[in-house]
Amino acid sequence: MVHVFLIHTLRATKAEEGLCRVLYSCFFGTENSPNDPQPHGAERDRLLRKEQILAVARPSLNQQPQSSDDPVRLHESPCGAFRLTAGDPFQEPRTVVWLGVLSLGFALVLNAHENLLLAEGTLRLLARLLLEHLRLLVPTANLLLRADCIEGILARFLPHGQLLFLNDQFVQGLEKEFSAAWTR
Amino acid sequence: MLSLEFLPGDTEIRDEELGKLCTRVCALLRKEDWGPDALDALRRLFLIVSATKYSRRLEKPCVALLQTTLCSPTCPEQLQLLCAAVLREMSPSDSLSLSCDHIQNTRQLGLVASVLLAQGDQQQVRSLGQRVLKVLESRQPEGPSLRHLLPVVSKVTSLAPDALHEEQTRALSKRLGDWLRYASVQQGVAHSSGGFFSTPRARQLGPVTEVDGAVATDFFTVLSTGQRFTEDQWLNVQAFSMLRAWLLDSEPGGSGAPDADDKSELEGSTRSVLSATSTASHLLPPQEWLREKAFEYCQRLLEQSNRRALRKADSDLQKACLVEAVLVLDVLCRQDPSFLYRTLSCLKALHTRLRGDPAWVRALLPVAQFFLHHGEAAAVDAEAVYQHLFTRIPAEHFHSPMLAFEFVQFCRDSLPLFGRNLGVLRTSFPNLFKARSFLAWNSPPLTSDFVALLPSLVDAGTAVEMLHLLLDLPCLTAALDLQLRSLQAASERPPWDVSIRAPGCLEAFRDSQAQGLFQHLLRAQASGTVERLTPLYRLLQPLAGCARVVQCAEAVPTLLWAFFSAVTQIADGALASELALLLLERSDSLYQAPGYEAGVHRVLSSQFPALCKLHPPLVVEHAKELLEFVGGPRGGGHVLTSVVWAIGEYLSVSWDRRCTVEQINNFFEALEALLFEVTQSRPSTTLPKCPPQVITVLMTTLTKLASRSQDLIPRVSLLLSKMRSLAQSPARGSMPGEEDAGAVRTRATELLNLLKMPSVAQFVFTPSVEVSEPRYHRDTNTALPLVLRTVSRLVEREAGLLPG
Repeated sequence: MVHVFLIHTLRATKAEEGLCRVLYSCFFGTENSPNDPQPHGAERDRLLRKEQILAVARPSLNQQPQSSDDPVRLHESPCGAFRLTAGDPFQEPRTVVWLGVLSLGFALVLNAHENLLLAEGTLRLLARLLLEHLRLLVPTANLLLRADCIEGILARFLPHGQLLFLNDQFVQGLEKEFSAAWTR
Repeated sequence: MLSLEFLPGDTEIRDEELGKLCTRVCALLRKEDWGPDALDALRRLFLIVSATKYSRRLEKPCVALLQTTLCSPTCPEQLQLLCAAVLREMSPSDSLSLSCDHIQNTRQLGLVASVLLAQGDQQQVRSLGQRVLKVLESRQPEGPSLRHLLPVVSKVTSLAPDALHEEQTRALSKRLGDWLRYASVQQGVAHSSGGFFSTPRARQLGPVTEVDGAVATDFFTVLSTGQRFTEDQWLNVQAFSMLRAWLLDSEPGGSGAPDADDKSELEGSTRSVLSATSTASHLLPPQEWLREKAFEYCQRLLEQSNRRALRKADSDLQKACLVEAVLVLDVLCRQDPSFLYRTLSCLKALHTRLRGDPAWVRALLPVAQFFLHHGEAAAVDAEAVYQHLFTRIPAEHFHSPMLAFEFVQFCRDSLPLFGRNLGVLRTSFPNLFKARSFLAWNSPPLTSDFVALLPSLVDAGTAVEMLHLLLDLPCLTAALDLQLRSLQAASERPPWDVSIRAPGCLEAFRDSQAQGLFQHLLRAQASGTVERLTPLYRLLQPLAGCARVVQCAEAVPTLLWAFFSAVTQIADGALASELALLLLERSDSLYQAPGYEAGVHRVLSSQFPALCKLHPPLVVEHAKELLEFVGGPRGGGHVLTSVVWAIGEYLSVSWDRRCTVEQINNFFEALEALLFEVTQSRPSTTLPKCPPQVITVLMTTLTKLASRSQDLIPRVSLLLSKMRSLAQSPARGSMPGEEDAGAVRTRATELLNLLKMPSVAQFVFTPSVEVSEPRYHRDTNTALPLVLRTVSRLVEREAGLLPG
C-alpha cells in the first residue's frame, strides 16, 4: 500500500546545491493519531504532511542526474530504497523506493514490509508513463501545470495507492483507455 | 544545509491574485463551461494551492463549486480529477461538505473517496467504507466498473480496521475468493467497428494465454494475458493485489472469535483433507473459503512463474508475483497451520529451483523468511537455507541496491528468530558489511539498522577480524565501487559516472600482486586471518573522494562505538589485550578518506582506556609495543593522549605484579623525551601546534611514574619547574595561547606541590584498588579531590611561610 507518491528535482550541479524542489506530491489517505487526545488544527495537519514530504525527498538528493543526451533507458536508471524509522517523519516506520530519471526523482512511500519488487516495477512504469505522456524529454515541457495528466495516470495505475500486479497486456489496455479519455 | 522548497516564484503570488483566479474558476464552473478555459484555470489553481506548505484560503463559494463539479454527472474526467486534487491539497479542511451518499457512478465515487480519505477523520473513513460496500453489494456480480471500488475498500480497512462489520467482511471475503478462482478464461470481447457499410461485430478472441504464449492450462491469474480483458478478470487482478493486506486486516482479532481457538492437530489435518477436494470446500465458511482459494491461486502462480516469459515486463512481473505468492503463503500458514504440510513440499521444490538461478536471487529472501517463521513446525533444514543465503550469493549481486537493502532488512527483522542459527550469520559478517558499504548513500537509517544488528554479530572468535574490517569499511566501499566499474565495459558506463578519472585504478584491480589482497577484502565469509591492506590504500586513493566512500567514512565511527559496546561485554583479558594492540597498530594505518582518520581517532582514543580498564595488566604485558608507539612517529594527539594516560594509570605493581622498576624507568625516559620534543619544537606546517592536553597528561603521567619509582622524583621535579617557567616565559615555543599556558602552569604547580609529600603522592597517583570504588569518593572524609585540595593549600601555606 502506497502512502505518498512524489516527484522532485535532483540536484543538477554542485552549484545548485540547496535548490531541490518537490514538484508534485499525492497523499493516499492520511495517518491517524488515535492516541492523541488533542485534536489537531486542520492547518497544522496539512503543514505536517508537507514537511513529511520534504523529509522524504531529502535522502535522494545524492543522486547525480543523468545527462539528457543519451536515450533514457529506464531499466538502467538508478533505483534504490531506504527506511524511515517510526516518528521520523511518519508515525509508522516506512520504506521509500525511489527512481532517478534525468533530472527528476520519483518516490513511493510504502508500508515497512512491502513487496519491493512490485513497488520498483510500478515506479518504473509510472515514470515511463509520465515521461511519455507529459513529454518531459521536450525542454519546454512543464509538468507543474499538467497535474490532471499525472492524476489520470495515478488513478488508473496506482488507484488509492494500491500497487497492482499488471502484466504487459493489462498495462497496454489501461494506457489505451487513458489516451482515449485525455484530450490535449 | 540543503533547503527544500516546493516551488519558486508562485509562492509570491499574493492573495488577491489567488482571489482573482478563484473568481474566474467560479464563473466558469457555475455555468458548467467544461472547455479548455476551465481546464487551464483549474490547473493553475492546483499549482498555487499545492505549491506551498502553508495553506491557501479559498473562498467558500469556490470550494462549494469544486465539490458540485466533482459530483456532477456530465463533467469530463479531466476536470473532475483536478477538482478532487485541489480539494485534497487543501485537506484537512473544515469547510468541506462533501458526501458520498448519492453518487452512483463508481468512478466518481472513487474520486470523492480520495478527498474524504484525506481528511484524516476516522468517522468519515468508516462511513465511506459503509457506503462503498453498499454500492458493491447492490451491483450485479458482473456489473460494470466495480474495479474502481475495491482499492477504496482496501484503503479503508487499512486505515480503520473496524470500518466494516463482521458480516460484511465475511461476505466480501467470499466474493474475493470467487473472483480469484472463477474469473473467465476467455479473453474479453473485441468490438470492431466494421466497415462503413457493415454492422459492428463483436469478435471472440479465444482463451487467455500464459506469459510464454501457450494457451492457459488452468484458471485465470495475474500472469494470464490476452488482448482484452473482461470485468471479472479485472476484479481478479485487483483481488490478488489487495489479498495479503485483506487477509491480515480481516483476520478475526481477539480471543472471542471462534477461529482463533487452538486447533488440535487432528482437527487441522481433518480440515485440510476436507479442503483438498473442491466439492467439499463449498462447505467452508467465508474466511476459510478465501484462504483456500488464495492457496490455490498461489500454487498456480508458483507454477506459472516457471515459464519463460516472452516480454521483459512480464518476466519482471513473474518475480514480483512469486515473491507475493510466498508472502501470502506465509500469512496463510500463520493463520491456519493446516496449510503448512501442503505448502512445505512446494516451497522446498521452489527453493531448489531458485537457488541455481542468479536471476531469481531476490525471491530467495521471502523463501528464507518463510522457513524462519515456520522452521520449528517444518523440521526443515533451515541451516542449509541460511548457509546458501549468506555465503553463496555472489558478491556481484550486492551491486543491486535493492537486493542489498532487502538483505539487510531481512537480517535485521529476522534477528530474534535466528536462534541457534546465529553462527551462520556471524561468520557471514563480511558479506553483510559489503551490503552496508554499498548502501552508503542512505547512511542514517541504515547505520541504525546496523547498530541494532552488530551486537548479534559480535563473537569472541571473530572480533579481531571484524574490527579490522570495520576500520577498512571505506576501503571496502572503494573496492566495491571499483569492482562495479570493472565489470562494466567502458561503453556501458552510465552517463552519471563522472567521478572517476584515474584509469590507473582499474589497472590496479587487475594487478596480480594486489589480487590476493582484493580477494581477501571482498571475501564473503570470515576467513580467520588478517591481512595488511596497506598497498591497497595507495591503489585506491583516487576513489577516496567518491560520495559513497565519504558517506561510509562518516558512518564508521558510529559503527565502531556499537562494536566496542558489544565486544566489551564479552571480551576476556586476552581479547581485550589483542584489541588494544590492534588499536595502536591501526591508528596510523587507515585508508585516507577525508575526515576519516580524525573521526576514527576520536573513537579509538576513548576505547583504548576502556580496554585497559577491562584488563589492566595489558599495559605491562605489552610494554614493549607501547614504548614503540610512544617513541615512534605518530599522527594526531587524541590516541597518544589516551595511551599516555593509560600508561600512567596502569603501569604499576598494584595492577600487575610483573611490573618492574626498570620498566617504569624506561617509560619515564621515553615520555620525558617526548615531552621535550613536543614543547621545544616550533610549530610548522608539518607539525601542528601541540594541544595542551598532551603536555598536561605527559606531565601528570611522568609524575605518577615518579611516585612509583622514587629515584625519579628529583628528575621530574626539575622537569616540572622547567615546564612551569616555559609556560610563564614570553617566548613560549609551541604554547602560544594564554589559556593553554595557564593550564600548563597550574598543573605543573599542583604536581610539584604533591611531590613535596611523596607518600601522599603515592596515594593519589597509585591508589589501591579499593580507592577506585565510588564509595571512596562519595564518602566526604576520604574523597580524593578533597585530599588534593587540602594538600595543595597546606603546601602553599607552608611555602608562604618560608623565606624567599
